[in-house]
Amino acid sequence: MTGLESLKTESTLYSKPESLADRATHYCAGCGHGIVQRLIAEVVDELNIFDRAICVSSIGCTVTSYNYFNFDGLESAHGRAPAVATAIKRCHPNLVPFTIQGDGDLASIGVAEIVHVCARGENLTIIFVNNAIYGMTGGQMAPTTLIDMYSTSTPGGRKPDTSGYPIRMSEMLSTLDGPAYISRVSLHNPANIRRAKKAIKLAFKTQLAGLGLSLVEILSPCPVNWKMDPVKALEFVAGKMTQQYPLGEFKISDAAALLKKDL
Amino acid sequence: MPDKKILMGGNIAIAEGAILAGCHAYFGYPITPQNEILEHMSKRMSEEGRVFVQTESELAAINMVYGAAASGCRAMTSTSSPGFSLQQEGISYMSGSELPGVIVNVMRGGPGLGNIGGAQGDYFQATKGGGHGDYKVITLAPASVQEMMDLTMLAFDLADKYRNPVIVLADGFLGQAMEPVVIRKAVTALPEKKWAVSGTKGRQKNIINSFEMDPAAFPGRVKVLLDKFDRMQKDEVRFEDINLEDASIALIAYGSASRAALTAMNLARSKGIKVGLLRPVTLFPFPYNAIKKLANKIDRFIVAELSAGQLIEDVRIAAGTEMKIDLVARYGGAPMTAEDIIEAIEKAM
Ligand SMILES: Cc1ncc(C[n+]2csc(CCOP(=O)(O)OP(=O)(O)O)c2C)c(N)n1
Repeated sequence: MTGLESLKTESTLYSKPESLADRATHYCAGCGHGIVQRLIAEVVDELNIFDRAICVSSIGCTVTSYNYFNFDGLESAHGRAPAVATAIKRCHPNLVPFTIQGDGDLASIGVAEIVHVCARGENLTIIFVNNAIYGMTGGQMAPTTLIDMYSTSTPGGRKPDTSGYPIRMSEMLSTLDGPAYISRVSLHNPANIRRAKKAIKLAFKTQLAGLGLSLVEILSPCPVNWKMDPVKALEFVAGKMTQQYPLGEFKISDAAALLKKDL
Repeated sequence: MPDKKILMGGNIAIAEGAILAGCHAYFGYPITPQNEILEHMSKRMSEEGRVFVQTESELAAINMVYGAAASGCRAMTSTSSPGFSLQQEGISYMSGSELPGVIVNVMRGGPGLGNIGGAQGDYFQATKGGGHGDYKVITLAPASVQEMMDLTMLAFDLADKYRNPVIVLADGFLGQAMEPVVIRKAVTALPEKKWAVSGTKGRQKNIINSFEMDPAAFPGRVKVLLDKFDRMQKDEVRFEDINLEDASIALIAYGSASRAALTAMNLARSKGIKVGLLRPVTLFPFPYNAIKKLANKIDRFIVAELSAGQLIEDVRIAAGTEMKIDLVARYGGAPMTAEDIIEAIEKAM
């Protein structure tokens, strides 16, 4: 800190990132998706990649996330965003594609695509929003739903004997050689939101440096489908979810670690 | 001086046609009888400094075509019947999002795993939409190795012209055939794609999607597509007609079945039977009008297809319910011979 930053922030404490569209989102009150989009927009601004970023939306609550950015974006079929992003990056190495995918999209129907985008070590960025539920379709069990957690398709709570166990995607994908950076962060309080932003920024910097695949898994509240008030939902993320899905870095290449110093 | 001809396999001609047409990215997953396309592309695309990815599945392949097309590049995948089934959702997304791209289906016997013999059992799937929703895809049916090259090149042009996927519908017999081919000139000028997602430098942002949050807004978008399919039906019908002027029997066949039909027609003519052949080259748009006109002046159609009665449905729509139409069907990967068709001609006499 030089002291000059604080002078600057005296005039503007908080503003809308250039990359974020000036419109209301369709997200429910207390949902984490809006925070994720804002963090991405801040990072795109700070890295000055506005005219190269490509938002590859997926199927789920982020289906129209391209509407909330001011840069190019497109839809992709359920689970296939990593394939779409792969093609864009291969065809245009100068572009900066990233996917935004929910847990149903990435950890269920799109498992083949996420495993293979990692195995190929594609030089692109995956933003994985884990809310432990199928949000868009009204709260059914997701592959990441916790044991005993209620969903509309596990009315008595998820039981392993009939519904299996939640998947830890970041840990699984970290066993592959392709990814350069995989970490899990959470949105349950401001300190963690700041950490989430750093992780997102490092992920994009990893791509910009050409180091290979970067993936940030973000634990995110879904109060409406969890049938909790927003505060309880944040407590659930902080307590139950981080137990099942510990926060931290699961993989970081030496070259990616070097990028941390000027985050 | 006549053009120099090179002996070439059908699948290789498709791959080379794509390269000549400026295909910048190829994505594929192994399946017989089209593996030569994937293998040939693995070598040639890197020689050309273009993109090649052997994908984890046909699902990934079609969605990579979607991504490459959205970013403004000419892109292609090739597969055979079971893989083509997997790609239907992606093709529907491409049509709904108005994205050009080429899908090659070198058909084999089905349903199920079927066999690896040539077949035409995916006719309905290719020509009637195939995936979910109201859409159509121009379907080109080569009948020679030369056409494997030429129609693949045409497919890229039509895809860009209409911003819609185009299918090259070949079959395993053609894929494996070896014939002399004239190598065409490479396409040098590709159309500009101002709508592509390629970075917002110097312009407003672009979005590629097939979705409307407002339920009232979507029918209007579908209407735009439907108008496009009408224009295709009006402007893009292609077929070949041989010996139809004085014919009393018209054979209707496409792809490798039309090769057997051509031989049968010549044999019949040598015996003095007035047989002609109409070979659809575009299966969608189908030559309904040409067949309707023909129905007024001939006695009978004989439809020859490597499927169990799919092509004949379109002939029936064109010719009307009163018309005599016989079917020669070989299915499940079985080949068709000229004798099969001669038999039908003689029975009809
Ligand atoms: C092929 C296909 N199957 C199912 C659906 C229906 N669908 C839409 S969103 C969704 C679940 C998304 O859940 P998730 O990925 O967890 O994202 P969230 O909505 O929670 O953000 C499903 C199953 C679809 N659109 N396409």
